Amino acid sequence: MLASTGPDGKVLAGGQSLVPLLNMRLATPEHIVDINRLTELAYVSVADGQVMIGALARHAQVLADPVVAAAQPLIAQALRLVAHPVIRNRGTTVGSIVHADPSGEMTAVLALLGGTVLLASTGGERSVSAEDFFLGPLESDVRPDELATQVSLPVLGARAGCAFAEVSRRNGDYAVCGVAAMVELDGGGGISRARAAYLSVAGTPLIADLTEACGAGAGADLAAAGRLAMARVSPGSDIHATAAYRRHLAGVLTERALAGALAHAKGRSDG
Amino acid sequence: MASASEQGGITQSSPGLFDISLIVNGAPQAVRVPARRLLSDCLRHDLRLTGTHVGCEHGVCGACTVLVDGVSVRSCLMLAVTADGARITTVEGLTEPDGTLSAVQQAFADCHGLQCGFCTPGFLTTITAGLAENPDPSPDQAREIIGGNLCRCTGYQNIVQAVLRAAELRREAGLKREAGLTREAGLTPEAGP
Repeated sequence: MLASTGPDGKVLAGGQSLVPLLNMRLATPEHIVDINRLTELAYVSVADGQVMIGALARHAQVLADPVVAAAQPLIAQALRLVAHPVIRNRGTTVGSIVHADPSGEMTAVLALLGGTVLLASTGGERSVSAEDFFLGPLESDVRPDELATQVSLPVLGARAGCAFAEVSRRNGDYAVCGVAAMVELDGGGGISRARAAYLSVAGTPLIADLTEACGAGAGADLAAAGRLAMARVSPGSDIHATAAYRRHLAGVLTERALAGALAHAKGRSDG
Repeated sequence: MASASEQGGITQSSPGLFDISLIVNGAPQAVRVPARRLLSDCLRHDLRLTGTHVGCEHGVCGACTVLVDGVSVRSCLMLAVTADGARITTVEGLTEPDGTLSAVQQAFADCHGLQCGFCTPGFLTTITAGLAENPDPSPDQAREIIGGNLCRCTGYQNIVQAVLRAAELRREAGLKREAGLTREAGLTPEAGP
């Protein structure tokens, strides 16, 4: 069906992003292809080191899944910050990733974890990695005749921890700035790898490697990582926040998310 | 998902018009709608159920919240055709069949949880679903339940009180029901409330 509608067709899943665009007449597709009856795509599963989320799995369903929460805690940490419970009842996780909003929490999660998106068309299937998937704000590498059927996210490693920190003007609003962080510990309790993804500071999710800034050994220098983050981001100003404030937040939230991820990693290693 | 759609299913009666069936507040409804009709407009214009209010029409205010198969949903962000076959509960359907107010409605009256009333239908439906999921919310959890609904009059304090009061009323009603069942079974409750 998408093959026949071409660029005039738009896929409708949860509709929590598309229908506002329709209501405000910002999007006027000729055809809407409603996939809500494809209930076989409403799955969440964990196998072979991957969390797999089907195109019709709602945020609320993914958030409530204890197997997912155990396998990759970052998913639930992020989903709790996605809008409000009522929006999460309808909105789909795959849909929010395809929507490619640079202020979307799940786009940052896909980018940080290096997940993949599975795209299907009448011509077959292809898998696109996170780094190739986001082309620009609200633009992803889904061709008009393709349907994103599944997102795969790797499970959290043994000596790793993660955390999500963001600031929004009101509970549930779009983040003024947000940081998803992941750290991996070496045997001695020091950080062997630290990375963070930033939302609302660039057109696509921005990834920063903070390993060197944190420094080796047990006394990690999170403040240095925060300073590096402030240097790396180049946010814009809008009615919600100035660029300078967003840059400041990137620093503060980097420290906060790294501290959370570090505590999480230590807790998991001890337990 | 739904039973009615499996029996009948959605049909296109003429170009751009679709025949759908909904069960609204327990009553089956057959409606002919354009593909682009929002569920909120279908409820208000086609079914004349104007209790569902439309505030922002882009999912921010929460006034249009209804229950779709028991789950709270923004009716302004759902197409009516998508809802084909679903059971919809609007604010009109919260009242008991004999006209008694539901626990949530009674709590809003008790706690003065409304002033102008525009946002109230969305709060009532959202809280009804929220308490079904979490019957005993803490004050913080009560705030989380209503976090996606805007009210420009009350300052929210009384609405949070109403969430907690509604939970209390539901518990009391549950205890009374249990006591009634125990009496019917010829047993004496250990300690009556």
